[in-house]
Amino acid sequence: MSFFLEVLVGGLLSGVMYSLVALGFVLVYKTSGVLNFAQGAMVLFAALTFVSLTERNVPFAIALALTLVAMIVLGFLIERLVLAPLVNQSPITLFMATLGLSYVIEGAAQLIWGTEVHGLELGIPDTPLHLGVFSVSTFDLVAALIAGTMVLALLVFFRATRTGLAFRAVADDQFAALAVGLRLSTIWTIVWTLAGVVALVAGLLWGARLGVQFSLSTVVLKALPVLVLGGFDSIAGAIVGGLLIGAIEKVAEVYLGPLVGGGIESWIAYVVALLFLLVRPAGLFGQRAVVRA
Amino acid sequence: MTAALRTIAPRQWALIALLVVAFAVVPRLGFDYLFDAILLPVLALGLAGIGLNLLTGYAGQISVGSAAFMAVGAFGAYNFMLRAPGVPVLVSFILAGLIAAAVGIVFGLPSLRLKGFYLLVSTLAAQFFVQWVLTNFHWFANDDPSGVVTAPQIVIAGIDVGTSAGRYVMCLAIVLLLAWAAHRLARSQVGRNWIAIRDNETAAAVIGDSVFRSKLLAFAISSFYCGIAGILWAFAYLRTVESDGFSLDLSFRILFIVIIGGLASIRGAFLGAVLLVTLPLLLTRFGAAVFSSTNSGVIELAEMILVGLLIIVLLIAEPDGLVSLIDRGWKRIIVGRLPRIS
Repeated sequence: MSFFLEVLVGGLLSGVMYSLVALGFVLVYKTSGVLNFAQGAMVLFAALTFVSLTERNVPFAIALALTLVAMIVLGFLIERLVLAPLVNQSPITLFMATLGLSYVIEGAAQLIWGTEVHGLELGIPDTPLHLGVFSVSTFDLVAALIAGTMVLALLVFFRATRTGLAFRAVADDQFAALAVGLRLSTIWTIVWTLAGVVALVAGLLWGARLGVQFSLSTVVLKALPVLVLGGFDSIAGAIVGGLLIGAIEKVAEVYLGPLVGGGIESWIAYVVALLFLLVRPAGLFGQRAVVRA
Repeated sequence: MTAALRTIAPRQWALIALLVVAFAVVPRLGFDYLFDAILLPVLALGLAGIGLNLLTGYAGQISVGSAAFMAVGAFGAYNFMLRAPGVPVLVSFILAGLIAAAVGIVFGLPSLRLKGFYLLVSTLAAQFFVQWVLTNFHWFANDDPSGVVTAPQIVIAGIDVGTSAGRYVMCLAIVLLLAWAAHRLARSQVGRNWIAIRDNETAAAVIGDSVFRSKLLAFAISSFYCGIAGILWAFAYLRTVESDGFSLDLSFRILFIVIIGGLASIRGAFLGAVLLVTLPLLLTRFGAAVFSSTNSGVIELAEMILVGLLIIVLLIAEPDGLVSLIDRGWKRIIVGRLPRIS
């Protein structure tokens, strides 16, 4: 039983990491209806920029600030050069544009900073913490804490600020939002910047876990089943979905994997998400779309 | 006779000339590099592009699992040839394509309830699940410890088509036949149903189009095309059958071919394939000539950036892809030459 708990908690904590990536997706999807495939590339870009700066002996705080500035510039450029010319195009077209964008960002990040694997040390201790019958890593707990704080901050931002209100207006009805005088381009720039900040946090935590390398951008693929499970437009859904996928993956790998030859972590999340979708097509917390002819 | 000849439009003459060149002149040129590095991958990827285009461009169902269906086709054909040696090669190709179609139907079933991006998950599941099955169960690769098997010799009607030119002619014949079939299909009732579903699913259902059946048919036919493309990719181009090659990256490349060439266009798939196959070759030459650098890593990154930029620029400036760019350019040349009326 304690072994099961340990597997479960390990899964939940790795699920927190999935949630972090999924959050960036939700932010953009909620306010612009774009499934931003480039979120993974942004995670890679942020982590690679930060780690390359610190390796050139830039102090931690300055490197963080510089990376933040880079992410803001990136968000601004994306809005100006990619999204603005594609206003009113179909969601599929916008998705394909972000697919192209992800190739550009991944290629550029590695062309600028090189393709080798970097180790990233954030100064967060990574020691096992014994809680009764099982133990967890302190790093995972700190990561969960950071993720929790970020989600709370985002929720407050969406509920309690004027900008957050504008976000919700745009998400609800773009046309009406424009009619009451909201500036779509400003809002999208802020959203993409925020997505960049989320990508930075995710990139640092993932980078510290796995090393900063190209494979970091593939976490985007793990975020998709998370989004599907939680609903594309729900912040809470991203968290719950991430935890569920993380837990299911680990438990399935440990208990189901040996029966079929192992390695099922590569696809189980998708199959679970798929089966779940057949029951609830809009995910756990997603808004049910009303179809009109 | 002259009257009969006169009824052939100039466009058709151009097509006939192209066919004569492709079948009679090109194979005699004898550049093996041309076949091995350019024409064979273009034909295989172009066919996969047509397959994905039927599903995404015509029926409006986006897929990032094309490579999985290519893998099913390649491994299916390999196992038919290995375990049923009496079966003619082309028959085993068709049977493998049908297996790919069946797998396509299974992963297309969720499209009954899932739309848009939610369907991405289904095709991603196909991509990862198929690759996992082919890697983990060694039976499919005939228990070869490396998982990489050499493709068997292809002998059609007693003729060994093992040379580069022979493989090219075989691929060309198969691809042209299937491209023509896709062209006819897109203009049949089936194709019109697909377009209706793509443009407005509810309206399509209201006018009596069986949406579920049409979607499943799109998945089946698209996967059949991808399966055959996978056979050509593995047997004629790479000449090895290996599950690692049919990765998500290949699926993305096929999606890019469709976007770059033009959605809902058969010719577009070949234009996109030509571009994606020749771009890295040109970049390598360019890098060697201008920077005297042959750093393959840098060239690969430059290719990524260029392909990404090309997609973004095309989506903004020419959403219908290279096909409509070329069509408009062609019209301008023709119209420019004609004397102006009025």
